[in-house]
Amino acid sequence: MIEGILIGLTTALTLQNILMVMLGCFFGTIIGMLPGLGPMTAIALMIPITYGFDPATGLILMAGVYYGAVFGGSTSSILLNAPGVPGTVATSFDGYPMAQQGKAGKALAIAAWSSFAGGTLSAIYLLFMAPSLSKVSLSFRSPDYFALMILGLTAIAAFSSKGQFLKAMMMVVLGLMLASVGQDSLSDITRFTFNNMNLTDGISFVLVVMATFAMSEALTIILKRNDPTSAAKQVSLTELGSIKINKEERTKMYKTIPRSSVIGFLIGVLPGAGATIASFLAYGMERNIVNDEEKEKFGKGSVNGLSAPETANNAACSGSFVPMLTLGIPGSGTTAVMLGALLGFGVQPGPRLYMTNPEIFWSIIMSMYIGMVILLILNLPLIPYIARILAVPKNYLIPLILFFSITGIYVMSFNNFDIYLMIGIAVVATFMRLYDFPMPPLILAFVLGGLMEENLRRSLLLSNGSWEFLWDRTLTACILLTTILIVVWHIYKTMFKKTKG
Amino acid sequence: MNINTTKVISLLFFIFSAFYLYTAYQIQVFAFDENAPFNARTFPIYLGYAGLFFSGLKLILPDSNTIKVQHKTLEYKKTVILIIIAIIYGATILKVGYFLTTSLFLFSSYYFLGERRWVLMFLLSFPFVAAFMYLLHGVLDIYLRDPFLQSIGVMG
Repeated sequence: MIEGILIGLTTALTLQNILMVMLGCFFGTIIGMLPGLGPMTAIALMIPITYGFDPATGLILMAGVYYGAVFGGSTSSILLNAPGVPGTVATSFDGYPMAQQGKAGKALAIAAWSSFAGGTLSAIYLLFMAPSLSKVSLSFRSPDYFALMILGLTAIAAFSSKGQFLKAMMMVVLGLMLASVGQDSLSDITRFTFNNMNLTDGISFVLVVMATFAMSEALTIILKRNDPTSAAKQVSLTELGSIKINKEERTKMYKTIPRSSVIGFLIGVLPGAGATIASFLAYGMERNIVNDEEKEKFGKGSVNGLSAPETANNAACSGSFVPMLTLGIPGSGTTAVMLGALLGFGVQPGPRLYMTNPEIFWSIIMSMYIGMVILLILNLPLIPYIARILAVPKNYLIPLILFFSITGIYVMSFNNFDIYLMIGIAVVATFMRLYDFPMPPLILAFVLGGLMEENLRRSLLLSNGSWEFLWDRTLTACILLTTILIVVWHIYKTMFKKTKG
Repeated sequence: MNINTTKVISLLFFIFSAFYLYTAYQIQVFAFDENAPFNARTFPIYLGYAGLFFSGLKLILPDSNTIKVQHKTLEYKKTVILIIIAIIYGATILKVGYFLTTSLFLFSSYYFLGERRWVLMFLLSFPFVAAFMYLLHGVLDIYLRDPFLQSIGVMG
């Protein structure tokens, strides 16, 4: 391992590669901040540029863009409640309320430190655990993945619904239904397209996330006559720029960061799970661990509620590289794009990469740590300026949110059908928001829909159509048991609350 | 009579799930796949039943947290205008081009939301879009079709 670290450091610490990490982090942050242009778009844009570099440099640049975009996504989640990536949806639960209370600088600082700590800790875990972690991933089978996705969806429905579990479950089903539109991945049979060619490839994730978050948020602000910028108008530039975290908040973060980084990292390692599940699970776990007084603050600007998903999503980013590099299986949509780039370099990812191209494997791991330091240096001083976005008057902010959303979709497809579809989904989402139907479960279900179907397909085919696969393996049974426990716990809590009332 | 809107939404979702389920059963699969343990219609069928189950439960069970929305206080007029502007934007962007439609979309949105600082409105529409377009087209190399700019010779 020491030899590997040295190889990694030698490659990552060349002037060119340090410059690439810096550029990647900087552009990633800017692109990630723009709602609609998340890490996938950012990395996809980088692929043609990286073809001129050697594989290690190209991947280091893309890794920098990835971290930068995730941090940038957190920034737009906190400031605009418009997460550009699903991994930062949970960040908006407490980050946005905190920003609305006039603590945008603080929220961004908590996010920056949590991201840094999460990323750094996970890079250390990765250093020590990389060889054995591939074995953990290898031990997972389709039934386990399917069960894990059921667990993730149930957990998000239970934790984000504020006592409206059935509404959240309806949103989960709606998200899965939206994900089923388009060609079936195996047979290429079109489903729910109603002979519309524009739907053949399915509905884009960015479209759904922009419609249900950014656009419907903008419409809700107008509809409810809210002014999200009023808080910013009341505070001075110094207050807006305050990034100081007090002792009490630091104490909370010290406890949250280690446990969330472990969850984030472990979930990130599992192929397909990624930053989204990691951040939601960390958020849910944190909410259950903290005391009742702190629990009440969740959703209203809790430090723990912001720190947990931020730590976890960055830890998951590092973790998601493990299956991609060691197994050749992408851990997330973003690493899938990177996998494509890796193949473009003529590098075959998989267990042999470790031996044949150790400089690629180790330099990426080392550049993760360098990237985290650069992100922190880059973002903390810029936070007061980034936070000024909130001071833009509502009359300007709303059209600009709509503009970024529509542009985000337009540059992806160059087709006006997607714009109409986005407006349609946004109108429905705005109406449902009025009646407290939560949107995060819909997003998570939409992201996981394809993978869930794929794993159910494999499980059912392997078990010859029998549902026994759900309890045949101990691991699957344990995950499902956890799911059942979450549901029972939620029902018990709801009933107990009612009785108490 | 007071109608619980959450129940109405649940009823609509129930009907939607029934339609989804019906459509799922209509998905054409290959003859050799018809009796396979899993084919293109299996997952959608489960989803249809899940939708019926959860929305049915929501309909049947008492709603303890009834959400009451004060419709009179909501700003429908501006919201509808904004949606119409966005639809017009979507309808014209391909024919007219990104620069002009986006600038006009922003300018008209500011206007209908009540803004009257003309200089600021102008700066945050036409020059802003030009700068953003340069970032996308010139720096990030994302092709943006613009018949208007092509017709006046600004874009090649």
